Amino acid sequence: MPRHIDLISLPQHGGGPIWQFSLGRERLTAFARGIQEEGGQLLALWGSDDRHLGSGFTLHTAYLSSLGLIWAKTRLDGEKPLYPDIAHIFPQADRMQRATFDLLGLVADGAQDTRKWLRHAAWGEGEFPLRKDFTTAHPEAIDAYPFIRVEGQGVHEIPVGPIHAGVIEPGHFRFSVIGDRVLRLEERLGYTHKGVEKRFEGMDPAAGARLAGRVSGDSHSAFTWAFCLAVESALQTPAPPRAQWLRALFLEIERLVNHLGDLGYLGNDVALGFGFNQFWRVKEIWLRACKEWFSHRYLFDCIVPGGVARDLAPAAAKELVRLGAETRHEVTELMEVYEEHAGVQDRFTGTGTVAPALAARMGLTGLAGRASSQAWDARVQFPHPPYDQLEVQMVVERAGDVAARVRVRAGEVLESLRLLEAIVENLPEGPLAQPLPQPGSVCEGLGWIEGWRGPVIVYARLAEDGRLDRVHPHDPSWQNWPLLELSILGNIVPDFPLINKSFNLSYSGADL
Amino acid sequence: MASHLILAKLLRTGIVSEPAPPADPGLLTDPARLNEAILRVFGRAVVVRHIDAGSCNGCELEIHALNGPHYNIEGVGVKFAASPRHADVLLVTGPVSAHLETALRRTHEATPDPKWVVAVGDCAASGGIFGESYASRGRVENVIPVDVVVPGCPPEPGRILAGILAAVSATPRNHSSPQGVR
Repeated sequence: MPRHIDLISLPQHGGGPIWQFSLGRERLTAFARGIQEEGGQLLALWGSDDRHLGSGFTLHTAYLSSLGLIWAKTRLDGEKPLYPDIAHIFPQADRMQRATFDLLGLVADGAQDTRKWLRHAAWGEGEFPLRKDFTTAHPEAIDAYPFIRVEGQGVHEIPVGPIHAGVIEPGHFRFSVIGDRVLRLEERLGYTHKGVEKRFEGMDPAAGARLAGRVSGDSHSAFTWAFCLAVESALQTPAPPRAQWLRALFLEIERLVNHLGDLGYLGNDVALGFGFNQFWRVKEIWLRACKEWFSHRYLFDCIVPGGVARDLAPAAAKELVRLGAETRHEVTELMEVYEEHAGVQDRFTGTGTVAPALAARMGLTGLAGRASSQAWDARVQFPHPPYDQLEVQMVVERAGDVAARVRVRAGEVLESLRLLEAIVENLPEGPLAQPLPQPGSVCEGLGWIEGWRGPVIVYARLAEDGRLDRVHPHDPSWQNWPLLELSILGNIVPDFPLINKSFNLSYSGADL
Repeated sequence: MASHLILAKLLRTGIVSEPAPPADPGLLTDPARLNEAILRVFGRAVVVRHIDAGSCNGCELEIHALNGPHYNIEGVGVKFAASPRHADVLLVTGPVSAHLETALRRTHEATPDPKWVVAVGDCAASGGIFGESYASRGRVENVIPVDVVVPGCPPEPGRILAGILAAVSATPRNHSSPQGVR
């Protein structure tokens, strides 16, 4: 952490420690390097059009540091919005910078890779959808994209997607191979770009929460909670305690069912159909229970601005504890099968490895990061209510291969089960929600939640009338996609589905 | 060895598969009559191709569940294929993003007749919360013809299966013929 910088703490209303301050354009590079030297990471980079507020543009950067989350705002010129490239310090900034140009026209000066990222020519050159004066939408033909080619004797390319062969989100993968061995993988994403950030503009917070929950369907509770924290912090109105605890209950169920599903698919991808069927059987029991307790299998729209929309009835609480104990037993049994199965271990071990040093350099985050020694979990280091009373045990592995990611998931399943029991036991009484006030003036906030995939951050700015003016949801997949490209190197093409599933990154969450 | 653990677990678990729901003609976009002959031909061997046209991945979670033991979709004769060229039914999710419009059209063209299109989820049905914008074409029907609409956010697996069965039990639509049998 660079010293002598005046940090202003954001008023905290239920979130972890977030420090915000203005960072001059000329100090951006030195600051980023300071964070990097301290061992911190860039978590998110986005922009906003502030010209209607009597200013230019703003570049927002959010860093993970030993102090918590540092949110720096850099004011840029309204006519020529330029800022210095920081991808040479944090490689994970590359795609975020390119997307920020495509959507807003902010230019990363000196950046190596200036190819477009989210604009597939669906809107015109020189048009920027997130500018307030964007009005036209001229659909144009899909544009060519210059992939980086590997040349040499025996090298050939395998293009895959955007429509994939399985039930999976769309994206394009370009493998350069010799025989079956992968020399290079280049991803092109952005296919599910559906204008989410523009869609937020003008919504009221209740509608915004529903949209935030649909940024990435499997991370519904994480995004909705982060969005609500952003709005509640902007309005300086925390959700009541019972709501905070119920939100954690929803988030841990989300973590549990996603890990169960992926553990099943990881068995399936090494031809152990038994694993798929057993884990999905257990997952289905939870989904049906959620439907019964909270009226939705995936807990959609249970978290709302100001609190929660569903309560945990006493009978459901009892049933939840019973199901938790049963699940703990089942998962322990099933993991024993995975650990003892020679064929499974042969495919899992040493496959798709991300060494800890590479993970640190590239900012690998979330569960994949923890499988490569990146010991960050906001619930542990920077716990906000109710995690400050739960003492979450972090699961960390060193090997960085598929086997390590499987072990992290299994460990997190058991920890989530423990947390669910603790939440049920300590759930405070009180109201489920409280009404949010009208802002009266423009205000903004940031929400930060450790979702099942990794840290989810949502920025929200409200106009005077309480409607959303600018919202940016950030999915941890942004940081992790580039590592998937590197983890496959030297592996064989048929192992790609397995490696890919062990990360299970979001397309929709990053394409927006 | 893991085999005795697997066998013991299988014996303890037993069979959890449930009977398939009946085909729901209420999901059809056209009030087409149930055609028993078609059901006899295809009812036990329907090949489905899934296309994510821009969804949030919520509907996919429930389509995955269909492969799980409770729904046992292959047990009722429905299976997923990797290529549209092998498919009878296209299962389309999401509002259609502008970036996937061409890919969706091409996949539809690559599917041989007779074929059915099932739009899964509120976004596929109406554009949902994403609506129509510079980046979203909205509902699937805006891009390719749709036979069955399964609403829900996301629809539950049983409803998706009922929609697939409703499609193949209706009179097929010959999409490539100019007159289009409906």
